[in-house]
Amino acid sequence: MKKELINLIDISKSFDGELVLDELNLSIHENEFLTLLGPSGCGKTTTLRIIGGFVSPDKGQVVFDGQDITSLPPNKRQLNTVFQKYALFTHMDIAENIAFGLKIKNKSKNYIDDKIKYALKLVNLEGYEKRMPDSLSGGQQQRIAIARAIVNEPKVLLLDEPLGALDLKLRQDMQYELIRLKNELGITFIYVTHDQEEALTMSDTIVVMNQGYIQQIGSPETIYNEPENAFVADFIGDSNIIDAIMLEDKLVSILGARFACVDTGFGTNRPVDVVIRPEDVELVKPEEGVIQGTVTHLIFKGVHYEMEVMANGFEWLVHSTEMFSVGTDVGIRVNPFNIQIMNKPESEDEEAAAIET
Amino acid sequence: MIKTTAQKIYVGLIFLFLYAPILTLMMLSFNASRTRAKWGGFSLKWYSALFRNREIMQALWNTLLIAFVASLVAVVIGTIACIAINRMGRRARAVMMGITNIPMLDAEIVTGISLMLLFISFGLKFGLGTILLSHITFCIPYVVLSVMPRIKQVDASVYEAALDLGASPVKAFFKVVFPDILPGVLSGYLMAFTISLDDFIITHFTKGAGVDTLSTKIYTEVKKGIKPEMYALSTIIFVTVLLLLFLVNKTPQEKSKLQN
Amino acid sequence: MKPNKLTDRLLSAPYLLWEAIFIIVPLGMVFYYGLTDRFGAFTMENVVAIMGAEHAKALWLSIALSLASTVVCFLLAYPLAMILAHMNVSQHSFIVLIFILPMWMNFLLRTLAWQTLLEKNGVINNILEFLHMPPLAIINTPAAIILGMVYNFLPFMVLPIYNSLVKVDPNVVNAARDLGANEIQTFFKIIFPLTIPGVISGITMVFVPALTTFVISKLLGGSKILLIGNVIEEEFTQAGNWHLGSGLSIVLMVFILFNMVISAIFDKNGEGNML
Repeated sequence: MKKELINLIDISKSFDGELVLDELNLSIHENEFLTLLGPSGCGKTTTLRIIGGFVSPDKGQVVFDGQDITSLPPNKRQLNTVFQKYALFTHMDIAENIAFGLKIKNKSKNYIDDKIKYALKLVNLEGYEKRMPDSLSGGQQQRIAIARAIVNEPKVLLLDEPLGALDLKLRQDMQYELIRLKNELGITFIYVTHDQEEALTMSDTIVVMNQGYIQQIGSPETIYNEPENAFVADFIGDSNIIDAIMLEDKLVSILGARFACVDTGFGTNRPVDVVIRPEDVELVKPEEGVIQGTVTHLIFKGVHYEMEVMANGFEWLVHSTEMFSVGTDVGIRVNPFNIQIMNKPESEDEEAAAIET
Repeated sequence: MIKTTAQKIYVGLIFLFLYAPILTLMMLSFNASRTRAKWGGFSLKWYSALFRNREIMQALWNTLLIAFVASLVAVVIGTIACIAINRMGRRARAVMMGITNIPMLDAEIVTGISLMLLFISFGLKFGLGTILLSHITFCIPYVVLSVMPRIKQVDASVYEAALDLGASPVKAFFKVVFPDILPGVLSGYLMAFTISLDDFIITHFTKGAGVDTLSTKIYTEVKKGIKPEMYALSTIIFVTVLLLLFLVNKTPQEKSKLQN
Repeated sequence: MKPNKLTDRLLSAPYLLWEAIFIIVPLGMVFYYGLTDRFGAFTMENVVAIMGAEHAKALWLSIALSLASTVVCFLLAYPLAMILAHMNVSQHSFIVLIFILPMWMNFLLRTLAWQTLLEKNGVINNILEFLHMPPLAIINTPAAIILGMVYNFLPFMVLPIYNSLVKVDPNVVNAARDLGANEIQTFFKIIFPLTIPGVISGITMVFVPALTTFVISKLLGGSKILLIGNVIEEEFTQAGNWHLGSGLSIVLMVFILFNMVISAIFDKNGEGNML
C-alpha cells in the first residue's frame, strides 16, 4: 500500500445548526486519484473545503504528511484548488493569473516565465499568455485554472466539480486530459463531483457520500459491482434493488423465486436487499426463466434496448441488445455472480441516507 | 471577537454621523424655545402652529404634488424608454444610456441653469409647471437605472411564449413582462419621488417668484432663522416614512415565510 | 422579442424627444450664452474670466475642498462597505435604504443641523467639554464645508463600492489564498483591483456635486467663503449676468466631462452603479 498523505480524523461540521459532516474519517494516499461522489448536500464539497482550509471543522483533525494542519490558513498549505466556475482573476491576463502564486513566493522572473510556458504547454494552450480570461471559452478557462494551480507544484490538487459548467463532449475530453495530467504530474488529485460517470472514468478510489456520511470507499469496479448498500447501488448507475430473503448460503429468494448466488455468511432466512444491474438481467423464453413476466416498456437507446418487465409484482429494468416488444411474455434469469446481496440498513441514519436521493 | 466588535463600533459611528443631524432636528421640533441655541423645555406647540401656518402648508402641498406627478410621469416615460433601449443595437443603446446618465453625472447647478435658460428662451412662465418639467427630467434617469436591469433579466422567450399562445403584444407585455419588471418600476418610482422631494438646487433655478417648495422655503428662511414649525413638519414626514417602510418590510417577509 | 423598426421608434420617441428638449438643448444654451456677449457676438471672455483673481481663487478652493472630501469619503466608505458586504445582511435593498432614508428629511435642514451640532455652545462642544477635551471651532471654516460635503455625499461613495464588493466571487478570494497570498496580499492584489469600477464611480458621484455645490458652503461656511458654485449662482440669481455665469459653467463642465470620461473608461459594464 502506498503512503498515506492526508488523514481526516473524526471531522464534524455543521452550518446553521445543520450537521453536514458527522465524524468523518478518511485516508488519502500519495499519487491517488480520489473522488468524493454524492448528491448535492452530501458533504463532499465541505470535505474538500476543509482539506483546502476554507472551512474549519467544528471537531476533528486534518493531518497532512504527519502534521496537524487543522488550523493552518489556506495560503500556508501545500495544496492547491481548482474551483467550481474556475475563479480566474478577471483583471489579470492569463500569464499574470498563472504567475500569481509564484510571484507571491518571490520566484525569479526567469523561473516564472519558464513555469508559465510549461504550464500552458501542459494544458495545450500555448501562446495564450496575453489573453484575458473573459475572452476564453469555458473549457479553456478551466485549463487555465488547472495551470494556475499546478505551477505551484502542490502535493495535492483539489478539484471542486471542475467540469460542471462544460458541455458533454468537452467534459469527456477533459476527463482524459485530467487523467493524463495526473499521470504526468504524479501527484494526488482529490476530485469532487456528483456525476457518477465522471467518477467511474477517472478515479483510482471513489468515496461515495450521502448526508454527511461515507457510504462506501472502493475502486470504481468494486463500487459498481459490489455496492455495499441500496444508496450506493441506486446512485451508481441504474439498478434493480429488490427486497429478498437470504434462505441459506448461496441461495436467495427474490420475489418468491429461488435464485442461486455466490454470497455467503448472511445467515439463514434473513431479509436482505439484492442489487441486479439491468445489463445482468437475462431475458429468455418464459419456460427457461426462473420467474416469468411481461414486457411493459421498450425504448431504443443506441447501444442497447431498455425494457421494463413486470414479473412477480416488481418492475425489472433490463438492458439488452436483443429486443422483446411490449406485451411479450418472457422469462428472467440471472447469473449467480451478478446477484449482489446487501444487508438491510441497520440504523435510522443509514435508512434515511438510503431513502433520500 | 475583538475584530467584530471594532467593526460594529465603526459602523455605529458612521451611522451616528449620518443620523445625528436628523436626531438634532427631531429634538429641535420639541424645543419650546424659538432659537436653536437654547433648550427651552419640551413642547408640542410647533406641531399645532404648523397646521396653522398657511405658507408652510402650501409649500408642503407643492412639494408633494410635484414629487407625485414628476415621478409618475418619469416612471411612464422611463419604463417605455427601457423597453425601447433594450431592443436597440449595442451602439444605439450605449448612446442612449450615455444621454440618460447626463443629468446624474452632471452638476445639479449646471442642469438647473441650463433648464432656466431654456424656459426663459421659450418664454415659459416660471412656476409649478417649470419645476415639474425639470423634476421629470432629473427623475427619468433614476427610473431607467432601476428598471433597466430588470428588463435585461426578463426572459425573451416568456414574451414569445405569450405571443405564441395567442396574446397580443400589448397584452403579452402587461401579462408576462410587466409583472417581472414591477419591482424595478416601483423602486424607480420610490427613488424618483425621494429625489424630487429632497431637491433644492434645480428647483431653486426653475421656480417662479411666490411659488415655493419646502426646500426653497427653507432656503429663504436660512438668513432670518428657520421657523421651528419646519422642524416639526420634517419630523412628521420622516417618522411617517419610517413607519411606512417598517410596515412594508414587515408584510412581504411574512408572506414569503408562509410560502416556504 | 423580434425587433420591429416602427414600434421601436414609437416606443423610444417620447423619451428621445424629452431628452433632446430638456437635456441636449439646454446644455447647448449654456454653451451659447457662455460663448457670446450681451449682443450675441462670439467671445471667449466669459470663459477666460475664470482666470480673474476672484474666480480663480473660488475655483481652486472648490477643487481643494472637493478633493479633500472625496478622499475622506473614500477612506471612510471603503472599510464601511467591506464590513457591510461581510455582514450577512442578505437584503441588499436594506443597505440601500439606510443610506437613502435621510433624504426624507430635507437636505437643507440636515445640513443646517450641523450648525447646531458644531456651534461654539453646540452639542458636540458640550460633549467634548464633558470629556475634558478641547472644543471644536470649525463652524464657518473650510473644515466645516468638508464635513458637510462628506456628510451629504458619503452614501454616493459607500453604495457603489458596496455593490462592487458583493459582486466579487468568494471563490476568487479563496483562489488567491489557495495560491499562497495572505489576507493583505489578497486585498491589494485581488479585492481592491476588482472593486475599482465601484471606487471610480463613487469618486465621480462625490467629486462632481462637491465641486459644484453652493448650498453647503453657504450654510456651513459663513458668508465669507466663496466656492465656484456660489459665484455662478450669484451671477444668475443676483448679478443677472447669464453670459458670465454660463461661461464659468462651461469651465465646470470641462471638469465634469473629464470625470465622466474617466468613469466610462474604468466602468465599461456599469458595474459600479449605485442601485
